[in-house]
Amino acid sequence: MNQGRPTVLFVDDEIDFLNTLLKRMSKRGIDVRGAGSGEEGLRLMQKSKSDIIVMDVRMPGMDGIETLREIKRQWPLTEVIMLTGHASLEAAREGMELGAFDYLMKPVDIDELLYKIEDAFGKVLIQQKKIKRLEEAAESKHT
Amino acid sequence: MKNNRLLQNPFYKSLMRNMFLTVILVSITPMILVIILLLSRFQTSYEEKVEAHLKELVLKHKQNIDGFLKERMNNIRYLSKVLNIEQLSDEQFLDERLAILQSEFGPVFVDMGIVNDKGKQVAYAGPFKLGEADYHEAEWFKKANTYPNFVSDVFLGLRGLPHFIVSAKKDFKGGEYILRATIDFVAFNNLVENIRIGETGFAFIVNHAGEFQTKPRAASVPNRAILDELLLEGKKIPEKVKVSRKEDSSGRDHIYVTASLKNDDWMLIYQQDTADAFSIVRKAFQIALLIFTIGSLGIVIMSYLISHRTVKRIARADQEKEMMNQQVIETGKLASIGELAAGIAHEINNPVAIMVEEAGWIQDLLEEEEFKKSENLDELNRALKQIGNQGRRCKEITHKLLSFARKTDSRTQEVDINQLIREIIGISEQRAKYSKIVFQSDLYSGLPNVRASQTEIQQIFLNIINNAIDAMEKSGGSITISTRQSTDTVMIEFADTGPGIPMANLGRIFDPFFTTKPVGKGTGLGLSICYGIVKKLGGDIQVKSVVGFGTTFQILLPAITTQNETMNINNG
Repeated sequence: MNQGRPTVLFVDDEIDFLNTLLKRMSKRGIDVRGAGSGEEGLRLMQKSKSDIIVMDVRMPGMDGIETLREIKRQWPLTEVIMLTGHASLEAAREGMELGAFDYLMKPVDIDELLYKIEDAFGKVLIQQKKIKRLEEAAESKHT
Repeated sequence: MKNNRLLQNPFYKSLMRNMFLTVILVSITPMILVIILLLSRFQTSYEEKVEAHLKELVLKHKQNIDGFLKERMNNIRYLSKVLNIEQLSDEQFLDERLAILQSEFGPVFVDMGIVNDKGKQVAYAGPFKLGEADYHEAEWFKKANTYPNFVSDVFLGLRGLPHFIVSAKKDFKGGEYILRATIDFVAFNNLVENIRIGETGFAFIVNHAGEFQTKPRAASVPNRAILDELLLEGKKIPEKVKVSRKEDSSGRDHIYVTASLKNDDWMLIYQQDTADAFSIVRKAFQIALLIFTIGSLGIVIMSYLISHRTVKRIARADQEKEMMNQQVIETGKLASIGELAAGIAHEINNPVAIMVEEAGWIQDLLEEEEFKKSENLDELNRALKQIGNQGRRCKEITHKLLSFARKTDSRTQEVDINQLIREIIGISEQRAKYSKIVFQSDLYSGLPNVRASQTEIQQIFLNIINNAIDAMEKSGGSITISTRQSTDTVMIEFADTGPGIPMANLGRIFDPFFTTKPVGKGTGLGLSICYGIVKKLGGDIQVKSVVGFGTTFQILLPAITTQNETMNINNG
């Protein structure tokens, strides 16, 4: 868990899109990983947790909403940004209700996505800080 | 007019014909049966009654005539019994007897005479000079000589007048003599002549040879053949009065009632035209026929009207159903096109996203030092920017398509008309551009929403806009869409600068299947569906058109006002 650089997991069934996005993101100093499906994404998360997940809503197999539900169940602190087509606005709304951080419409402007990631990371950091403080308080109580 | 045209359809025609015929058959058959049954019953019973009456009449007269003859005979027999030959041979005495008879029985007895067995008249009393007349050659004398009492047939005799003779033979001492009296024909004739019924009924008497014994009415005497037949039939059972019907040579049907007279020697015949005798039956037939004709006419007219009206209603219902089906199909088509468009848009979206991303990646790489010096850097940057811009343009197009497709459902909801118009302009603009058509909109910003199906409203607007674009395809022009509010109505106006609609077509454009487009291009249903939808929503659609200047469609839809809303909430 790096303080300055967020670890981001990108989940998209369009491998070409995913690869290019990963290259661009790592070029911008973000610690990235990619997964071609919801299932793969969950497996990678099990190996090591990412701070932020950027995920397509429409995917074959386990779709974005299902994956989101699973992520929020297992890693509630991980923030999720949904990528949607226009037709899946309904799904985006559902995603927001399930606790996604935000949504973006494809094709995505790279800068916009970066801002969103930074925002989400900011939120993650605040959350982590609060938890840390509570942990310290608990420890000092013990000692 | 429209319905009549529909009724020309062979299906409706045969339906109408079947209904028409069935109603007629079902109503007229029982009427015919009842009329036939009643009439035949009436005819039989009435004819029986008439025949019985005639029989009675003839029987009475037969008894009358027989009685008359018997009485006359008795008169003569009496005289022959009580008087002797001397008295009878005395003409003066005979005269006195005749006078007494005449005064007692009227002028029935014309004269009297006494004839010896040689046929010579010994004495005579009466108006004719017949003294000393010789009868031994006469037919009646031969018969009178063989029977003790005798009534002759009618004959002319020596005097040249029709008469007949009643005679009694007596064996006086010194030979057989015959007392004879002549009965006046006129008096006898009256007995029969008085039988007259109706216009053609009369009676007469014939002897066994068919010779007339009374003077029948000259008008219509039966011919020999019929007389012979009657006589033959009469002989079989002489004591009975018989009724029969026969057709004469001229084809007229007569009823005959016969009875034998004078010990089967004569026959009383009553004749009447059947038509006359049963005139009441004929009258009943005529009335029945009149009633039947009027009734049938009524039934025919009513069944025609009923079948016509029913089939018309069926045709209209069918047409409405057809239109409804078409509308459902049209809506369905639009929905499936929407889905297809959504699918395509989504599929295009992904490759475009990749392209934009790859362009972005190239741009990222160009930032690196090694490319900084490249002389084409600016040009490369420009090209990449262009790729980005065009990618965004693709995105816009697909997003419009997707937002259009998203709304293909017919659920009623609150529809923002202005928003819908903007979207539809967005969709149609591309197509319009090729025809040099520009859109102008003048949308009232405070426009209230309308409760309707988004898809249906979209369909109406698209239809009108597409029609306008089709009309201005070659000439170009502008389509001005404006919205306004008047109290609780939303008014949407589509004004084009096309060639306009000719007066003759203007009244028919909302008719189903009316189209001016070439075969295969238009179904002629678009505007009629629009009309149906607008009417269903409680609105109105009007068209104004000036040839050469353009056409304006005006749609009025009931607005959702705050007042209405609260009412709805209260009701809900």
